[in-house]
Amino acid sequence: MPAESAIRLVSIYPMLLGTYGDGGNLRVLTMRARLRGFEVEPVELDAGEPVPDGADVYLLGGGEDDAQVAAARALRHDGGLARAVDRGAVVFGVCAGYQLLGKAFPGSNGVLEAGLELLDVTTARLPKRAVGELLAEPVSSSGVALAQPLTGYENHAGGTTLGAGAHPLARVRAGVGNGIDRLEGAVQGRILGTYLHGPGLARNPELADLLLSWVVEAPLPPLDLPAVDALRAERLATVKPE
Amino acid sequence: MRAATGLGRFAGAMSRTLRRGDGFVIGGRVVLAACPDAFARLCSGRRVAFVSATNGKTTTTKLLAAAMRAAGSVLTNNSGANMPAGLVAALAMPTQRVPDDAPVVLEADETYLPGLLRGTPEALLVLGNLSRDQLDRLSEVAMVARRWRTTFAAMPGLSAVANADDPHIVWAASALADVTWVSVGNSWTADSVLCPSCGAILRRDERDWSCECGFRRPSPSWVLDDGTVVDPAGARHGLALRLPGRANEANAVMALAAAHALGVPPETALPAMASVESVGGRYQTVTLGGRHVRLLLGKNPAGWAEMFGMLAPPPAPVVIAINARAADGKDPSWLWDVPFENLAGRLVVATGERRHDLAVRLTYAGVEHVTVEDPWTAMPAAVGASDEPLDAVGTYTAFREMLRRGGGARDAG
Repeated sequence: MPAESAIRLVSIYPMLLGTYGDGGNLRVLTMRARLRGFEVEPVELDAGEPVPDGADVYLLGGGEDDAQVAAARALRHDGGLARAVDRGAVVFGVCAGYQLLGKAFPGSNGVLEAGLELLDVTTARLPKRAVGELLAEPVSSSGVALAQPLTGYENHAGGTTLGAGAHPLARVRAGVGNGIDRLEGAVQGRILGTYLHGPGLARNPELADLLLSWVVEAPLPPLDLPAVDALRAERLATVKPE
Repeated sequence: MRAATGLGRFAGAMSRTLRRGDGFVIGGRVVLAACPDAFARLCSGRRVAFVSATNGKTTTTKLLAAAMRAAGSVLTNNSGANMPAGLVAALAMPTQRVPDDAPVVLEADETYLPGLLRGTPEALLVLGNLSRDQLDRLSEVAMVARRWRTTFAAMPGLSAVANADDPHIVWAASALADVTWVSVGNSWTADSVLCPSCGAILRRDERDWSCECGFRRPSPSWVLDDGTVVDPAGARHGLALRLPGRANEANAVMALAAAHALGVPPETALPAMASVESVGGRYQTVTLGGRHVRLLLGKNPAGWAEMFGMLAPPPAPVVIAINARAADGKDPSWLWDVPFENLAGRLVVATGERRHDLAVRLTYAGVEHVTVEDPWTAMPAAVGASDEPLDAVGTYTAFREMLRRGGGARDAG
């Protein structure tokens, strides 16, 4: 993606998938790109609005059960996100937005709901809701170059199992994450799913820049934001590995 | 029961003596341990009203209690302790003697409301709004509404005064036969995008909303209209509150309709409500760090949606104190649902235990800020001196801490 054309960011249905503050991920990506001199066109899609298939990054956040089902059905019916993935777009899904990218997830009243099948994961109900700080160490086998610990807050009841097509993003040090094999998140090509709220990209600037570097196809110059460093230092000092 | 109450008083006194708290809730816990059905017994023979909502329940309770007191006497939990032990303490150990048949006005935590109703099958419910808050402790909004509706449907003796503009409130309250609908607006709609009945996307037009399934906003009999209230007979009353902001006008109209349902007319209720000037220290001006400071409670996105209009206009600086203890909700991600971009053009002092979360939010919002552990001992010079009160907004425990240090009036207990 040449720098002279704007980076197009699409937040998918934040009114449905924005219950846990994940709308912040759009603000973080927008600012981090603009501070490097890139032009950015951020878009928030109203619920049910057609998904443009020509954008660079698509963001999905956490939401309530009924809203997650409504969003998944609308996206399946629309088809725009799947076309964008075929084109090589970057997708970042958090919590409900992570689950619905997979094959299936528990919807309203626990009834299994079909996902978008863009990510080779399947989610079932955890016996106990996972609520609290989540700390995870990136794993190199994910194929993504992350060096810093991932920090966030999780609040979900999903146990997510990875299929052969998806790689784990990280290994859980504190908290639950995927709830299976002490793993957290999933990566498949340029699709990344995680249970990290906080929002995840505010707490983990390296992850935010990874998504942007996929778009601009080049490493990004460093960005000095002392407030972000202070927050990470405080969180990492507070949350001890289990 | 009497023995249990005596034990509760003793425990409360011990707790105060040992400086382990103000002793209030501890006393209630002891009463409940000695007499598990204490709440139902204490309410027996009284007209009981519960006020519940995500935002405004403490204020609405205080306004309604003021209205009831103007017409006689009332028993209320003006401590803001709104879980069962706190309510039992308020009833068993009232601060003033009241007649045995005095009505009871209680603020109830949203999640505890169904359990409390078991002891009071003929209560009046005053239901304001539901939105995201403390998501680590409370359920998602739709789940709270669903649980309320199931409880209400099984208790036909209940009646309600309910906000017609909040679809979740309507979904819950419409399980009852006797509902007085009130329109006070709902400036936060992000938690009621979907129809609570069928899950389709709701159609909205200003305050009106409806769904293709037929579920729709009921026609209100009381309406808040630009600082005045229109009663069921069509008469218009000025509110003339001393409490600031649109949200408090909404609280007052809920309280006014509830007072009417309890037999107190607007002519009696309004002057009493207008005299309330601070609720548990909210809007109170205290002295902190040698400054006049006006304390405000901002604990979730819906509350903050009403906050910007209440702050002193820019370029007045503002202190924002963020904690994430149990009573605040342990996940401050909600800061990203607040349009802090609105604060551009003024300096923000970010403080509280989670000040770094706020500082990151303000950084990405492009809002000038300084991050300080304790501004009240070392206020940044950039804030400057002023005779005007400095606004300080805190989450629940951060607000209480500022109130305590400022020596604010403790109707908050």
